Amino acid sequence: MEGLTDFWNMVWPELGQGLGVTLQLSASALAIGLVIGLPTALARVYGQRWLRALATAYVDLLRGTPLLVQLFFIYYGLADPNIGQLFANVGLPKSLLVLSPLTAALLALGLNSGAYQAEYFRGAIQAIGSGQMLAARALGMSRLQAIVTVIMPQALRLAIAPWSNEAAYMVKYTSVVYVLGLTNPDLFGAAKRIMSTHYNQMVMLPFVGSIYLVVVLCITWVMSKLETRLRIPGLEMEVERV
Amino acid sequence: MAEFILRVSNLHKTYGDLEVLKGVSLDVQQGEVLVIIGPSGTGKSTLLRCINLLTRPDQGQIWVDGEEITAPHADINGIRAKVGMVFQDFNLFTHMTVLDNVMTGPVKVKKMPQEQAHELALFELGRVDLVDKASSYPGQLSGGQKQRAAIARALAMNPKVMLFDEPTSALDPELIGEVLEVMKTLAREHMTMLVVTHEMGFAKEVSNRILFMEKGNIVEEGPPAQLFYHPQRQRTREFLGKITELYGEAEK
Ligand SMILES: Nc1ncnc2c1ncn2[C@@H]1O[C@H](COP(=O)(O)OP(=O)(O)OP(=O)(O)O)[C@@H](O)[C@H]1O
Ligand SMILES: [Mg+2]
Repeated sequence: MEGLTDFWNMVWPELGQGLGVTLQLSASALAIGLVIGLPTALARVYGQRWLRALATAYVDLLRGTPLLVQLFFIYYGLADPNIGQLFANVGLPKSLLVLSPLTAALLALGLNSGAYQAEYFRGAIQAIGSGQMLAARALGMSRLQAIVTVIMPQALRLAIAPWSNEAAYMVKYTSVVYVLGLTNPDLFGAAKRIMSTHYNQMVMLPFVGSIYLVVVLCITWVMSKLETRLRIPGLEMEVERV
Repeated sequence: MAEFILRVSNLHKTYGDLEVLKGVSLDVQQGEVLVIIGPSGTGKSTLLRCINLLTRPDQGQIWVDGEEITAPHADINGIRAKVGMVFQDFNLFTHMTVLDNVMTGPVKVKKMPQEQAHELALFELGRVDLVDKASSYPGQLSGGQKQRAAIARALAMNPKVMLFDEPTSALDPELIGEVLEVMKTLAREHMTMLVVTHEMGFAKEVSNRILFMEKGNIVEEGPPAQLFYHPQRQRTREFLGKITELYGEAEK
């Protein structure tokens, strides 16, 4: 029992702070992803041809390459002096693309999540079917009015379940940022530090893993509560997601 | 011209190399009820969709209530608000109660104050005998109730013309009657209606004219008695014979 208290006192201050960083990172990246993902989904469904192509390219690129590659590209790749020189040549500050580890991590996670969220929202929008859009237009609503009053309220509800998956993934994915060595490390980064000095993997990894697990379970629970609360009879995903 | 609430002149529509409408013309007086029949793929739905510009005709003109809606800078959304449309598969807004479905057009399109729209919606739901379902969601209604709600939604815009595209085709047979009843009442109240349907009982009872369309043209039209008992063309006779066989003789 005493050993347990000692262990707790030894690891918790650092892990607690790490957990805070992980949660902040997750929340910010999900928010960035939402801000990017929703318009991207709308662009893919309702946009002009070039806008659709652009949105599709973004989604394919970010979903088709490893997160770690994206992270390194944004942190190390953009900081390349040659690129800085290019910027300087057109009169932009050279240091613009030299990002702090935290900024790079946020940017990579946010852009990556944006691509996945775009797909979830697109699936939800397309599950609604074209008939209701037609009916809204027939009443005299503009396309934008129809999207805002008819399509979005349904699409957002339908997207809750896939979105809660994305949130759960994000909490776990943030662990890759330990490779950048943040000054205030995330949960896994903090665990790595502790492992290198105090406790071995067989103790720390299950412990830190179960912290992630608890967080993910909480998110899933909250989101399913939300889904139930907002449920409307007859509004369900009719189309299987792929 | 003012006596016609709807005029369609030489309407053409082509999809790819399929000419769906080949110069359809049509004059409809206020309060007339037209039933449109014809084989599948003949362009009946396309014609209706052109009349509220859900589909853009390639050629030809349409006037609603004296206003040319096919004019280059016509206010499309304003025009659509004047032409009510009822679809085969209802297309109610799933996330809104029946009341909100009916209110949303007046509120969003006509900028009607909430309270006034609420009252109007209850009135329209009364016309289709659905007041007791006002706070239900579409998912909680039967097909017949859904279609009646959809009719109320269209009526709430106070349209000059109502278009019905096979309004009872998706319904179980025992639910068709209640929808037809509502439509008959509208007809008796002198609502101008264009109805694509196989329900020949409805056609005989309330329509002023039946239009037989085939391959993008109106090939024959006339009062129901004439089309049923003295059709001019062999094709009309054959087609009427076929739908009577399939959908039954006029009920009554
Ligand atoms: N948006 C579209 N793009 C391409 N072809 C279309 C489109 N809409 C309709 N068509 C074609 O135009 C033809 C006429 O269609 P329309 O729906 O007007 O026929 P209809 O008389 O209503 O037939 P039905 O009785 O089956 O409803 C069909 O061959 C159809 O495939
Ligand atoms: Mg049709």
